[in-house]
Amino acid sequence: MKAIKKYLVFIFASIIIGLAFLWNKEIGLKAIDTVRFSFKEMMMVLPPIFILLGLLDVWVPKDTMVKFMGEDSGLLGVLLAFLLGSAAAGPLYGAFPVAAVFMKKGVKFTNILILIGAWSTTKIPMFLFELTSLGPKFAFTRLLINIPIIIMIAFIINKSLNEKEVKEIYALAEKF
Amino acid sequence: MQNTILYSLTILLVLISFLKDKTKTKQALIKAWKSFENILPQMLGIIASVGIIIALLNPEVISKIIGGSSGWFGVILAAIVGSVTLIPGFVAFPTAAILLQNGAGYMQLGAFISTLMMVGIMTMPMEIKFFGKKSTFLRNGLAFIFSFLVAFVIGKVVG
Repeated sequence: MKAIKKYLVFIFASIIIGLAFLWNKEIGLKAIDTVRFSFKEMMMVLPPIFILLGLLDVWVPKDTMVKFMGEDSGLLGVLLAFLLGSAAAGPLYGAFPVAAVFMKKGVKFTNILILIGAWSTTKIPMFLFELTSLGPKFAFTRLLINIPIIIMIAFIINKSLNEKEVKEIYALAEKF
Repeated sequence: MQNTILYSLTILLVLISFLKDKTKTKQALIKAWKSFENILPQMLGIIASVGIIIALLNPEVISKIIGGSSGWFGVILAAIVGSVTLIPGFVAFPTAAILLQNGAGYMQLGAFISTLMMVGIMTMPMEIKFFGKKSTFLRNGLAFIFSFLVAFVIGKVVG
């Protein structure tokens, strides 16, 4: 019963796709195609990310992470967050477990938010794609405007949450 | 190419870890499996729901909504469409190029790409599990608002 509840959204959506297929074969097939494609992407990218996270969790001491990306890491921490997020592979939801492990290791909250921002918008492989599809003018303009935006979003969120709320978020990470 | 690097790196590090300490490696792999299993149901839910949305929205429909003459109204619609869809980047950019050929405007496309990447309505339940409600709503809300700035600048520079 518990297993069914966990997969409820998936089961429900699958039924809708099935119905869509009966109603209009073309739309149904397109939905199945997209699902297959996204599933393949997920299965390609996520296992190595999770294994790397597992290794990071057992091998890298908290002190090291705190030193490089913790409360007093300053500009270095911001740069590392940008670099790690930009070098990442996979969709944004892959970034959340990474954020959780980083929280466990004592990485500063703004740096985690910058990592999420960079993961979503300044990923290097995606940038190359953007460059070829939409041209350098579009891609570079977007990149240049997004970097300050990522930092601003991180600082606004950080300012809006009080200490207790940030602690609660870090407590959530302990569950993963 | 990127996957090859990712997989080679992972295999190499697992091997090094295994040679150094078997129990720790086992621990790491168990942790990896547990966290993967933890988010798997939600991820499958997201993927299936996105499949439905994408099947209903085709490039012609989107281009009509966010055409070059649609102005700020088109920008708002583009931002909303970008927020609810979740398309892998290597599909999104070629799609954006098709949209451009079909008459979408640069400003509208800027809003679309921007929210597509930063705002995730579909992944919000998952984000809440990791970041709590307040932070999740703030991040997505701010990203949505800032997308208009991105659209404006891109419209001025490129359009």
